[in-house]
Amino acid sequence: MRIYALAVYLFLYIPIGIIALFSFNSGRAASQFTGFSVQWYGKALSNRFVVEAFQTSFAVALASAALATVFGTMAALALQSVKGRVRVAFDALIYIAVMVPGIVIGIATLIALVTVFDWLNPLLAAIWPVAEATPQLSLGYGSLIAAHGLFTMALVIIIVRARVAGMDRSLIEASADLGATPFGTFRQVTLPQIAPAILAGFLLAFTFSFDDFIIAFFVAGSKTTLPIYIFSSIRRGVTPEVNAIGTMVLTISLCLLITAQAILQGGRKPTKN
Amino acid sequence: MKSEPSLHQAPIAELRNASKHFGDVIAADALNLTIKRGEFLSFLGPSGCGKTTALRMLAGFEAPTKGDVLLDGNAVNDLPAHRRPVNMVFQHYALFPHLTVAENIGYGLRQRRPRMPTSEIATAVERALDTVRLPGYGPRRIWEMSGGQQQRVALARAIVNEPKLLLLDEPLAALDKKLRRDMQIELQTLQRSLGITFVLVTHDQEEALSMSDRICILRGGRIVQVGSPRDLYDRPKNRYVADFVGKSNFFAGTVQQASKDGCSLTVDGGHVISGQSTQDLSRGQKCSASLRPEQIRLTRKPDGGVSYPVQIVTRIFLGEHTEYLVRHADLGDFLVLVPRQAEATEGGFEPGDAAIATWANGSALILADD
Repeated sequence: MRIYALAVYLFLYIPIGIIALFSFNSGRAASQFTGFSVQWYGKALSNRFVVEAFQTSFAVALASAALATVFGTMAALALQSVKGRVRVAFDALIYIAVMVPGIVIGIATLIALVTVFDWLNPLLAAIWPVAEATPQLSLGYGSLIAAHGLFTMALVIIIVRARVAGMDRSLIEASADLGATPFGTFRQVTLPQIAPAILAGFLLAFTFSFDDFIIAFFVAGSKTTLPIYIFSSIRRGVTPEVNAIGTMVLTISLCLLITAQAILQGGRKPTKN
Repeated sequence: MKSEPSLHQAPIAELRNASKHFGDVIAADALNLTIKRGEFLSFLGPSGCGKTTALRMLAGFEAPTKGDVLLDGNAVNDLPAHRRPVNMVFQHYALFPHLTVAENIGYGLRQRRPRMPTSEIATAVERALDTVRLPGYGPRRIWEMSGGQQQRVALARAIVNEPKLLLLDEPLAALDKKLRRDMQIELQTLQRSLGITFVLVTHDQEEALSMSDRICILRGGRIVQVGSPRDLYDRPKNRYVADFVGKSNFFAGTVQQASKDGCSLTVDGGHVISGQSTQDLSRGQKCSASLRPEQIRLTRKPDGGVSYPVQIVTRIFLGEHTEYLVRHADLGDFLVLVPRQAEATEGGFEPGDAAIATWANGSALILADD
């Protein structure tokens, strides 16, 4: 059993390790390690397209994670008071949203957005006062943020809801009993209690959006996110530069995930007592 | 001593025909109860008897389905919990884990509008900490406190607001026995010194008996009997109350004769037990004769009263008393509590010994089930 487990882990992690290793290769070859160097990191970071793609990815991840966190938290709190069949339906929908393959979400979002744009653009053109300056709705930042935000909202809901459900109901009653208004209770008791889950949800949402290729590929329009850039440059062959970018993305993602996990773990401690 | 409420003063709280239904379940059924100013009242009953529902209606967490809840003479059915001058000590304390001890205690005062000056809050919190004998514990974190200390913090958090009613939901259930005893005394002392009306919910009859001025016994959502601990102990309304309050031996039988002066019951084996009743009984009714273990004496030779030859089954040494489980051929097993002094003169009994169980004729209580 142990041998199999080891084999599985090796199979999973050796390619990642090799990417990280070859990102420090001084030579160009993708199969021969000729010496240690950080030149490819320098190359990657001075590449205008890489930096632009990084900025796009970062902005999209930040905006979509923020949206997902705000609405996901609201939904998680609201779902707490929903009971019975409606609750089951909502639960199912949320889990489906997480489990549906990215490619389905990508295509579905693309079709939905394009249809809406086709319908809205003539309408906008008709009502806009200045004909030359009519805004054209098209794929880009907005569609990326919307698609990522919707998908990651499901993640945030799941994480925050687990925390809300684990929260002692009597804390809320105690707060009300001590004279706090419903909003006062939310601000002084509920929010501090679920804050770790909200933060962890935000970080996970950010990581997901930052890493996502499939959904972004469909809805990015003319924008290029970092994963899309990597994909397109790989078609010209794997270079150590791509390895360096991949390693950077990996490092950022891992840091965020570990932070999120640490927050979720640490946040539980005080309630244990 | 507490002053009796004057006649023109409305009672501090009142339940008038208050019912609470949860779907088909009737958690509280037309409760009528007046809570007097400054008293220590307990709701006593097994789980599911409606005692917690009654408390939650007073706190404002549940609105009565029918009837009224009054505070200071005003109906407060629709007044939400956060606007009632009532505070509660929760069963598992419900202390805010993200706040310090002092922040927990000051929570209620910080909600007041217009705002209370921070310095005044700090002073009040210090005073409350002194009251519950936790001076200097203010900066601590909740999880650094032991169970007993958390209990005191929960108490301080409630009394610092000087509520009209302090509601306690099984506050001592989570403490160990020794600590529970100490806290019982402390709660009682605190209640006397603060003059706040306490309403306690408990399933522990000993707790209710030792602390309360009055006890309200509930069963299946209805009030069975309200009275002082002594009333309930000496004059239980029915078998249920006698069984719940203190220990009692019950001998089932049929009423043979019932009148104002007393009644008698024919039990198994044709024996007749006579006594008093708190209810109107009729001849032929199925009833039980109740005898407290301490009403029965154990002797080696018959000496006055009614006596039954018994055999000792078990013996439990309780310090001040020894509790014997004895067996009579017709009456079955019953408990006898022998004070240490009586044992000294009569000598102890060992399991298997023969003895005579004696009680004063007419001292039993004849009680119907309801």
